[in-house]
Amino acid sequence: MKRWQFLAPLALFAVLLGFLAVGLNLNPREVPSPLIDKPAPAFELARLDDPAQKITQADLKGQVWILNVWASWCVACRQEHPLLVDFAKRSPVPLYGLNYKDKREDGLAWLARFGDPYKASLFDIDGRVGIDFGVYGVPETFVIDKEGVIRFKQIGPVTPEVLRDKIEPLLKQLNA
Amino acid sequence: MPKFLLALLALCLAAAVHAADAPLTAADPELEAKMLRISTELRCLVCQNETIAASHADLAVDLRNQIRDMLRQGQSERQIIDYMTARYGDFVLYRPPMRIDTVLLWFGPTVLMIGGLATLFIVLRRRSRMGSEHFDPDEPEDIEPAARPGDPAK
Repeated sequence: MKRWQFLAPLALFAVLLGFLAVGLNLNPREVPSPLIDKPAPAFELARLDDPAQKITQADLKGQVWILNVWASWCVACRQEHPLLVDFAKRSPVPLYGLNYKDKREDGLAWLARFGDPYKASLFDIDGRVGIDFGVYGVPETFVIDKEGVIRFKQIGPVTPEVLRDKIEPLLKQLNA
Repeated sequence: MPKFLLALLALCLAAAVHAADAPLTAADPELEAKMLRISTELRCLVCQNETIAASHADLAVDLRNQIRDMLRQGQSERQIIDYMTARYGDFVLYRPPMRIDTVLLWFGPTVLMIGGLATLFIVLRRRSRMGSEHFDPDEPEDIEPAARPGDPAK
């Protein structure tokens, strides 16, 4: 018999193995968000520190801004928080927080203790706005452009690498 | 006697508290059944191998409430599924939609299996038609010693 006929199943198997290897190395937590390049959902939420003052997505139009979803009960938020506090000092764009399913006093105490990098935190007590943003694992971070379109989403804590390699170049590009 | 009355009162109160916990199921079993049917089609993104119907994750509870609310507003099953995919992507669907980029997902395993079976069938048939000259003759060592004719040992 010809030699290639023996090799064909082996080659096919190798291709299959390749697919499986790639599949195994994907992170199942990183679900591609359908919201990328879509307008940010509409919302109207009170500020965490001032229930009387409401903020809507329309108030934030015309500027690039970052939305960071956090909660005082979220352990991973504590991990990324020093990075955000540091970044807020040199950030070219405002950082807004979405305080997700938290108690007001807990959220405020958390900010008092760990520092407040946010221009304002929106208070999403029942998580409805979180659902609109497709949030399923706090912390999550969104970059929203001047037209109010979501351009980037980070699921899980922001790392120095993500900040340096993805978020900061994107901000530069969007602000240009 | 007052002790008994107190116990009775406590029992009634306990029942009332319990009832306040789950009014939805009792209030509208039809809506609840509908909600369950829809939520078994949806993946919980927090515990990815559970449906929203089965998961105890906070998000799943919220999404079940969201489905209830939407049903109460008279939205259709299609609208609710669309609402979820708009936020969480096709990944929330346990039955992904059939599209060009999901054809391999839908038919890949079947095609692989049919291909494998067809190859096996063709190879076996070809072999069964081959004359014995295509195969190595049986070596004497392959034959059991007991069956070997003229073996002095047995």
